[in-house]
Amino acid sequence: MIEPVIAPVPGVAGANEPGRPAVFRARGLTKVYHMGEVDVHALRGVDLDLYQGEFVVLLGPSGSGKSTLLNILGGLDVPTGGRVHFCDQELTAQDEAGLTRYRRSHVGFVFQFYNLIPSLTARENVALVTEISRQPMRPEEALQLVNLGPRMDHFPAQLSGGEQQRVAIARAISKRPDVLLCDEPTGALDIQTGIVVLDVIARVNRELGTTTAVITHNAAIADMADRVISLFDGRIANVRGNAVKVSPQELRW
Amino acid sequence: MTALDRKLIRDVLHLKGQVLAICLVIACGVATYVMSLSALTTLRGAQAGYFERNRFAFVFAQLKRAPLAVAERIGEIPGVRQFMARVVKDVNLDVAGFAEPAVGRLISIPEVYAPGLNELHLRQGRSIEPGRPDEVLASEGFVVAHGLKPGDRVTAIINGRRKDLEIVGVALSPEYIYQIRAGQLVPDDKRFGVFWMGREALAAAFDMEGAFNDVCLDLSPGASQGEVIARLDQLTAPYGGLGAYGREDQTSNRFLSDEIKQLQRMNLIVPSIFLGVAAFLLNVVLSRIISLQRDQIAALKAFGYSNLAVGWHFLKLVLAVVAGGVALGTGAGAALGLQITQMYTRFYRFPALEYQLPPQVVGLATCVSSAAAIIGTANVLRAVIKLPPAEAMRPEPPAVFRHTVLERLGLTGLFSQPMRMVLRNIERQPVKSFFSTLGMSLAVAIMILGRFSYDALDYLLEVQFRVVQRQDVTVALVEPTSYRALHEIAHFPGVVHVEPIRAVSTRLRFGHRVRRTLIMGLAAAPELNHLVNLQLHTVPLPPDGILLNTKLAQLLNIGLGETLTVEVLEGARPVRQIVVAGLSTELLGTAAYMQIGSLNRLLREGPSVTGAHVTADALEAEALYDRLKATPRVASVTIKQAALNSFRDTVIKNLLKLQSFNLMFACVIAFGVVYNTARIALSERGRELATLRVMGFTRAEISFILLGELGVLTLQALPVGLALGYGLAWFTTLFLDTEMYRIPLVVNLSTYGFAVAVVLVAALLSGLLVRRRLDHLDLIGVLKTRE
Ligand SMILES: Nc1ncnc2c1ncn2[C@@H]1O[C@H](COP(=O)(O)OP(=O)(O)O)[C@@H](O)[C@H]1O
Ligand SMILES: [Mg+2]
Repeated sequence: MIEPVIAPVPGVAGANEPGRPAVFRARGLTKVYHMGEVDVHALRGVDLDLYQGEFVVLLGPSGSGKSTLLNILGGLDVPTGGRVHFCDQELTAQDEAGLTRYRRSHVGFVFQFYNLIPSLTARENVALVTEISRQPMRPEEALQLVNLGPRMDHFPAQLSGGEQQRVAIARAISKRPDVLLCDEPTGALDIQTGIVVLDVIARVNRELGTTTAVITHNAAIADMADRVISLFDGRIANVRGNAVKVSPQELRW
Repeated sequence: MTALDRKLIRDVLHLKGQVLAICLVIACGVATYVMSLSALTTLRGAQAGYFERNRFAFVFAQLKRAPLAVAERIGEIPGVRQFMARVVKDVNLDVAGFAEPAVGRLISIPEVYAPGLNELHLRQGRSIEPGRPDEVLASEGFVVAHGLKPGDRVTAIINGRRKDLEIVGVALSPEYIYQIRAGQLVPDDKRFGVFWMGREALAAAFDMEGAFNDVCLDLSPGASQGEVIARLDQLTAPYGGLGAYGREDQTSNRFLSDEIKQLQRMNLIVPSIFLGVAAFLLNVVLSRIISLQRDQIAALKAFGYSNLAVGWHFLKLVLAVVAGGVALGTGAGAALGLQITQMYTRFYRFPALEYQLPPQVVGLATCVSSAAAIIGTANVLRAVIKLPPAEAMRPEPPAVFRHTVLERLGLTGLFSQPMRMVLRNIERQPVKSFFSTLGMSLAVAIMILGRFSYDALDYLLEVQFRVVQRQDVTVALVEPTSYRALHEIAHFPGVVHVEPIRAVSTRLRFGHRVRRTLIMGLAAAPELNHLVNLQLHTVPLPPDGILLNTKLAQLLNIGLGETLTVEVLEGARPVRQIVVAGLSTELLGTAAYMQIGSLNRLLREGPSVTGAHVTADALEAEALYDRLKATPRVASVTIKQAALNSFRDTVIKNLLKLQSFNLMFACVIAFGVVYNTARIALSERGRELATLRVMGFTRAEISFILLGELGVLTLQALPVGLALGYGLAWFTTLFLDTEMYRIPLVVNLSTYGFAVAVVLVAALLSGLLVRRRLDHLDLIGVLKTRE
């Protein structure tokens, strides 16, 4: 169980939600890409808290810095400035090996393009992760959770986009991660399939209590979240809580 | 098995064509390596064992005639452990059914066996028995060449008298592993045989009772060979000593050591080039795999696989390919090494030449090829390790296209749309195109490397046996005589032209370098022994001073105009200074020449000769040979055509055998490289071409786009490859420069043509293979998966 170590701070996204332990605490995050002559400011000072077990949607137009933020939270990337804490661990103080350990034990990723290994079956793709985790599910169990039990031995090329994404989700949750980070998981899918995938993510969040952050630029999806954080041009533009969460099936796209 | 290892296996299976091609290239490198190293080990082991067991002597000396009492004093030289004073005489032989002259070397052995030096290995029959003066042991090479067996007889012509010798046994000697007469370049088992004969009988036949003319000795541990040789020279000088020399200068042993050296070099250069190509191919293929698997690498890292774990995964892929190559190559190398060894048994007479493939050789081959592969792919592996996962997550930015140079020059109209795509594809990725071109150039170059030695050897034979040596027969006389002997020979049947030779044994000294060499005195403007420079223009024989061939000059480290010290090893043994007044090019052996008159003056003697170069009418050859054999003063007769033939049969056959293996490997490599290039082009363009097909392009049209690119790359590669091949050929000639022969840098047009043809055929076949894949392009599948 993750201890509440950080007291809510006024003025920070999420800080108005007292009483729950913060999993992530980010302060003053900036990220600058140097592209030859020009500097691209992907993040221009982001303060953010994410809480234990909550379902957060990151909303914003393309290029607003959502992926950059998520990658930093997931330990895939490091900010140019600012600090990030995961529980009592400062990610920004970790070296490459520390970040790898952090990703290995705490984070599950789901990507827009699934990033499955095409030469491995669904089961093997999941096993790829369970083999290096401390207390994983069995791959079969994880695939059953996403309703793919019968397709376990199929290769990615034999699965539809939605099925591939569900394998990716099974792969992400099989290690029983503390946080599940999804970057436009439905971006490459049609509505129907997208809803199935979102449903799986919501269920994982609900049943396993995994803190979940989902990136999208589809505002409709926001209704299924506990909180919606909107980014615009590298800054947090707006944070709102949903009093009532809508289930994915009821979303209107 | 872990999921990651499964991925590895499936990746290998998926890339089987390319993996196989690279495996084969590595296998070629490993095979040449294993082949030459195992042959080397075998030869070295056999040599060392034989020398040890049969007590091969350490120092040798020949002299004219000395009483046996002198031998006792030789035995007293400090550092001499054991000595053997022998009688050794060369005679003309008459072998039934063989018209040409042959030389027999008669060597004395004790009638009753006593442990000594250079002990014989009895192969067949029995040893000689005391009291039977006609019995001899014959060398195996000669016996085999003439189909003789124990019980057969040969006739030696001793001082004009015929003496029948009965072969009672067939023997081998560590002194004649390579059975060759000093001064000859190649063995000729038909025309030179060694016979071991009882000491009493041999001495009696040559008036050598109580005397000897040859001594060999064994050194005690720690003795200084140089000092022993100096003392030995002092002792033998009054008796016509020709200068003692160590084991390393003993003729048979030197040839064997040269062969070993040659193998050592082969062992270095050819496999290095092959493995270099393999490393290059691995690099190209691996970078392609990596760029195709960027997103997979990112995912692995995102899920907590460490950088090193991911790097190791791809390194394992490399090592798997290496392992395949090593396995294949070791098998092939062992088979070829065995063949080479079997070939050696025909030139080198060992009691046993058992092929050996020590495990260290395989271990070393594995290490070397792994190292080459790792070095070759280090940059790609480093990129894998360094690849930031967030970076890898986003697809590679779309390629930047520009109008090609040709189009910018306003030549757009010249090209069809597909042709424009071909050219833009090539121009867009200059680095990739450069490497593809380089790869195929290497294929061309390796073909040239594999084949040019045929040209070079042809040229060598042409130069040595047509341009330089123009005589038909060379006659050596027993001792220096007046020109009368030449006039006699001039009247022998069929003789057209005779030129004098005065050969004298000397030791040439310059600075601290010393070589034992014959100085050949020739006619002032020799017609039968042309001296030429590198361009094959005649070099005049200077009236004063000495002319060296460039190899000898190089060994002595002496240049034109410098003064050489000549220690004459006969007669009064004068020591003289002489200026190097000319240099000539020869591709075989080392030699020094003077005008005969000038040499006579140097020796303070009147006009005298020791032999002659002769041209003769081929129709009367047999009569001429009969006459020469019957002439007592004729010590030996060398027939040029026979020398040429045996050079072909031995050295050249040997070299060409090795080269044919290399050529075979070169072909394999050429195919490997070209096929890989084609496959990579296919994997890079697959999506694009499938898209075009979906848009309604025909198969022929998309084939043109892909194969056109391959074609343009191939055409670009040809000229580069020809130049590169010439460079590689030049590089190898540096390693094939021995005392015995130099391989000239000669590449015939036909070789260039051959290289081009093989690479074009390889390109065509690869094109067809790729084309077949294009025809079965899975349109939906290709479009569905994200690259
Ligand atoms: N590796 C990179 N190099 C240069 N610019 C980048 C890189 N990654 C992201 N950017 C830039 O940073 C900004 C934010 O990108 P990103 O976080 O991917 O946006 P989003 O995910 O919200 O669409 C964009 O302008 C993008 O072009
Ligand atoms: Mg994004």
